[in-house]
Amino acid sequence: MTADLMMAAAQGLLALFLAPGVVGLVRWLKARLQNRRGAPPWQPYRELRKLFQKEVVVSRHASWLFHLAPFVVFASTLAVAVIVPVLAVPLLVDRIGDLLVVVYLLLLGTFFLALAGLDPGSAFGGMGASREVTVAALAEPTLAVAIFALARSAGSTNLGEIAARTTADPLSAVSPGHLLAFAALFIVMLAETGRLPVDNPATHLELTMIHEAMVLEYSGRYLALIEWAAALKFLVFFILLGNLFVPWGLARALTLEAVMTAVGVFAVKVVVLAVAVAVLETRVAKLRLFRVPELLSASFVLALLAVTSSFLLR
Amino acid sequence: MSPLADVQTALMTAVGGRLRDGRIIRRKEFHCAASVADLPGLAECLRARFRAELVLMVAADRRSSGDGFHVHYLFAPHNENWLVHATVALPARDPALVSLATFHYPASRFEREIADLFGIPAAGHPDPRPLVRHGFWPEDYFPLRKDAGVRPFRDDGHPFPFQQVGGEGVYEIPVGPVHAGVIEPGHFRFSVVGETIIDMKSRLYFTHKGTEKLFEGRTPPEGVELAERISGDTTVGHALAYCQALEALAGVEIPARARYLRVVLLEMERLYNHIADFGMIANDTGFAAAHSHCFRIRERLLRLNKRLTGNRLLRGALVPGGLVRDVPTDLDLVSELEATLADFNEIVEITLSNTLVADRLEGTGHLTTQTARDHGVLGFVARASGLDIDARRDHPFAAYEELVFRVPVLESGDVKARTLVRVEEVHEAVGLIRQALERMGGGPLAMPLGPLPAFEPAFTLVEGWRGTIIHWVMADAAGRLERVKVLDPSFLNWRALSYALLKNIVPDFPLCNKSFNQSYSGNDL
Repeated sequence: MTADLMMAAAQGLLALFLAPGVVGLVRWLKARLQNRRGAPPWQPYRELRKLFQKEVVVSRHASWLFHLAPFVVFASTLAVAVIVPVLAVPLLVDRIGDLLVVVYLLLLGTFFLALAGLDPGSAFGGMGASREVTVAALAEPTLAVAIFALARSAGSTNLGEIAARTTADPLSAVSPGHLLAFAALFIVMLAETGRLPVDNPATHLELTMIHEAMVLEYSGRYLALIEWAAALKFLVFFILLGNLFVPWGLARALTLEAVMTAVGVFAVKVVVLAVAVAVLETRVAKLRLFRVPELLSASFVLALLAVTSSFLLR
Repeated sequence: MSPLADVQTALMTAVGGRLRDGRIIRRKEFHCAASVADLPGLAECLRARFRAELVLMVAADRRSSGDGFHVHYLFAPHNENWLVHATVALPARDPALVSLATFHYPASRFEREIADLFGIPAAGHPDPRPLVRHGFWPEDYFPLRKDAGVRPFRDDGHPFPFQQVGGEGVYEIPVGPVHAGVIEPGHFRFSVVGETIIDMKSRLYFTHKGTEKLFEGRTPPEGVELAERISGDTTVGHALAYCQALEALAGVEIPARARYLRVVLLEMERLYNHIADFGMIANDTGFAAAHSHCFRIRERLLRLNKRLTGNRLLRGALVPGGLVRDVPTDLDLVSELEATLADFNEIVEITLSNTLVADRLEGTGHLTTQTARDHGVLGFVARASGLDIDARRDHPFAAYEELVFRVPVLESGDVKARTLVRVEEVHEAVGLIRQALERMGGGPLAMPLGPLPAFEPAFTLVEGWRGTIIHWVMADAAGRLERVKVLDPSFLNWRALSYALLKNIVPDFPLCNKSFNQSYSGNDL
């Protein structure tokens, strides 16, 4: 019981401190793919340290909501990181949250960010919030349905349980339901974490931004919390993709050996996904904003097919 | 030969014989003096009979010579090599023009500029809002008047009267003048329904530096360094226009070798700018790989520039009368450029065959031929919207008359067309440099400029990489610069951007803007 809780806390902290490095890794990989030298992968840690030391400038039109939002966003994302299976399954905390909790904790963060974007009344914040909510409204159902497809075959909405079931039945990992759901979730990840072709995380053009426009008014430690939460959200999607669909390597018992193996396998999964995102982001251009719903509805259809096939092909 | 004799006769008839001092100079310019009231008739006749339009208006403060103010109108025909230069004399007290704004749109811009800088209003102007003035100058301060002096600046408390757009769900997005990227300052006011732009007004002139005033009192060689810095990316374009105007004024024929080398330098400038633009357009679609490769190629070109002239941006190469120094003999420029071109072609191929990039470029920021023509748009923006204009061919200068090149013209007027025109021009530029280097003989590099006639106007057109640049110069009795008027194509092209944006969505603005890539500094002067 104590070991379980400690493990949950440890993997939450691991995810938290690993997250900026993953974002840095993707940036560095992209730079190499574009023939640039690029900043080292640990650059985001330096940026966070810098931001935590800077003063916070707040618009005089901002209300308490603006001050609250960074904490809600950070806390809700961290909570998700504790619930999702990072290294070991099943843990006791798995019972706290299932896939619906994950989906709506993530949505809670998005909701508060959108409110905070609107709050100071700047044109960019409102613009970014409106775009973010448009994307979120199309992405969240896909996220829920894609994971539901897994839950169907596992017979449980508990994430740890899903991972454990797939490990027990290796063939199910290559079932059509799983593959379709994986594709759907991958697209949702790109949309939810502000990646190309939906949003351009590297742009300085305020008029094209989605996520960045929404948080344009933030500075100092508030911005640090938001950036950190965004990085963590990115890693959470990696965890969902890596550990729900390809759950091998997760520790089934809390022995040192199993946990060390889990750490190693987890690192490999993260690097593979980071390379995939970096290559994809180098190959594609940003979609015209009004084409984004088309991409997201395609991903929803994939998720829906995944659920259908999990009913038909059982 | 140019039909200037016909023009002279027709103009005389049009204004009832009231033209004075009509004379043909430099074989292709008809100069005359007209009265304020006769100008609309003159402009109408030039349009109706010869398809010639106003290309420049220059005001000059001549009160010290007891003449009051002069305003000069320069007209150029479509695809023919002659110009009409009409001068209007205005009294020193209460000078006023008769507005041509409703007749030809560029006149509206020139008249607003003159009203702000000289205090010469245009009667009947439909939109007499300030253009250059930013509300910090005293009401009666007109900086280009000779006696303007230095006055304290203070906010006059009147915000700029932007056009308001009403209706349900319409909101405004103000952007700039300080932007998230490292770019020049400009304020853009979007009126938007959802994401669709229904109006965009730009407010520029944040970088007004008094460039034209700074020319005054300089000797001709001292003006070159200033001309080179009018717009940082158009060193050769502006310096060449400036030098040629002075050479026209002094009546100097520069040596053949200098004429060919000037072509080389101007095309080198076109190359590095067009290639960088291609990369930046790709970057704005999120296709960053093309961007970093284009900037690698640009760097290679800048290093070639440095070997050619000693300066990466080609500064310090030109002088009135020719060139400062010769190009190095150990540099095989043509094979270097051909390798660069092959490199660039590969990136163009990869970028344009990417369907996501193509989807972003096609149909975005459509500028119709009619709008482009109405606004007197210049350069690649005009050529991408179906206007077949290029000063290198229409008003040949340097050695362009002896060289063979194609002027790419596309009809579609969208971001893609503006991108493709640049790609084509990159090809033509390499061809032009090859020809110029092949034909270039030996001989001297520069001629002495000689004395400048006092209070005589002279001007030239140069097709810089962005479009047609005009410099208009006049010397005083001591041979120093009395007045220099600079026209960067940005002055006319900026306004067209607002029209290209209509019905586009807000996130496509940066892409449209980059496809125009107009100069703030060159516009604001």
